[in-house]
Amino acid sequence: MRLVRLADTDRPRLAFTLDGAPAEALAGDTLLTAILTNAGHVRASEFGDGTRAGFCWMGVCQDCLVWVDGLGRVRACTTPLVPGIAVRRT
Amino acid sequence: MTGPTVVVVGAGPAGTRAVEVLVRAGLRPVWIDEAPANGGRIYQRPVAGTTRSSRDLYGTEAAKAESMHAAGERLYAACDWRPGTLAWNIRPGMLDTFHAGRHEAVAFDRAILCTGAMERIVPVPGWTLPGVFTLGAAQIALKAQGVAIGSRVAFIGTGPLLWLTAAQYLKAGATVALVLDTTPLRTKARAAAGLFADPVTFAKGLALVARLRLAGVRVLEGGVPVAFEGTDAVEAVRVRDRRGREQRIACDAVGLGFGLKPESQLADLAGVPFRFDAIERNWIPERDSAGRTPVQGVYLAGDGAGIGGADAAELAGARAAWAVLEDAGVASDAAEIARLDRALARLPHVRAALERAFPYPSALAARVPDATIVCRCEAITAGELRAAARARHVTGGAAEVNRAKAFTRIGMGRCQGRVCGPPAAEILADALGCDIAAVGRLRGQPPVKPIPILAEAAE
Repeated sequence: MRLVRLADTDRPRLAFTLDGAPAEALAGDTLLTAILTNAGHVRASEFGDGTRAGFCWMGVCQDCLVWVDGLGRVRACTTPLVPGIAVRRT
Repeated sequence: MTGPTVVVVGAGPAGTRAVEVLVRAGLRPVWIDEAPANGGRIYQRPVAGTTRSSRDLYGTEAAKAESMHAAGERLYAACDWRPGTLAWNIRPGMLDTFHAGRHEAVAFDRAILCTGAMERIVPVPGWTLPGVFTLGAAQIALKAQGVAIGSRVAFIGTGPLLWLTAAQYLKAGATVALVLDTTPLRTKARAAAGLFADPVTFAKGLALVARLRLAGVRVLEGGVPVAFEGTDAVEAVRVRDRRGREQRIACDAVGLGFGLKPESQLADLAGVPFRFDAIERNWIPERDSAGRTPVQGVYLAGDGAGIGGADAAELAGARAAWAVLEDAGVASDAAEIARLDRALARLPHVRAALERAFPYPSALAARVPDATIVCRCEAITAGELRAAARARHVTGGAAEVNRAKAFTRIGMGRCQGRVCGPPAAEILADALGCDIAAVGRLRGQPPVKPIPILAEAAE
């Protein structure tokens, strides 16, 4: 899956890293938007039933948890993208 | 002036209007929200510098959104505004919060909890695949981030949000592959008389449906989702129409939702008793029409106190603030309170008509196939839950949801059963052959959301 940008697309581009590889998204994105415009999932279920890409986008389902250097484990849907942020999927 | 310390949790329609009343009365409340700005989910703000107008973003509710945002801008400096802050526990006279890596306990004399709502789900085989989101998620993605959850989206569920989100996607230029409403047209038609009590909202709803049909969107009323298919992501939905004919529709995303449920964990931790509301089919915390709870100093307003919608939340927030001011002996305004009470008294029967028009499909939830995951956090299936109901070891079968949680870990994961709670209760009640209210509700636990255990304590 990929998110599709439909509006507010001429925002400044921000560089970040996803699993150590360089990636780009837009200023104002949450980490969930930044990841899912670059990749098809944000985490793998700990129970071997496949990958997940968030669900509720409002901080309640906890299905978009990712690791960020310096912040620990965060909800991607409510964490803003900042330049150079290092995001790791689990 | 030195008055009581009042804390308001939540900056949606209810919390914003509560703070507004408190500030006007000369208080300086502590105001907490996880978001960076007020508005809540319904009036969530777009990215800074958006080129979209309020009308683009909020449609017919644009003026309300603008009023809500303007109130926020006015109020931030007049209170102890704490954006980006999670209230993760409540104890007598104390709220435990987490902000920017630090914990802080906030003492209060009175608390107004305006914690909002979240989506209610029916699990469908394949619903954990990437690309399947809640309807609320689909809407927030578009409104707040300018992104669609996919390029060809199927909207499945029931309730006003189903039709609203589909219409918003259509307008924004996405392809709407399907709108499947599990509620048959005849059920909605029967509820229509009650909905006429709010003709403006009713007309807005009909206009949304008309817009989707005119655009040639495939609409199935009274249908059911059978499965979401795909390998690494959703690629198609299999659905049955009301005559039982199955069809497979290609898509790359699904918006799924069946009405709302209160986010009421803090009320639970505060010790507020709950009752099962048969019309809403939700457990809701007990409060009077002014928002007072049986727990001294704890008040509730907005969808977190029972689903009523944004307009009702604005009224309830203001009314709860007046209850605080009266109870604390700070101020009263008989005319204003009477005005709010009259407006609030008109709402419940409209709400009941809406619930009857778009009922939670409990039979569909009770019939979730055995192999389907119900609890996303712990990957617990419907079959495991049914086995727990039938268990005959020393402790007996799981006769209510908290026992089922102990047996299976359902609801024990990171979301604390927020997502799986309602369908798990339907499955358990069906397996036990008892009434839904008899299986109870999953109890809240602090912290209400995961927080880092090694965070610094402030001071």
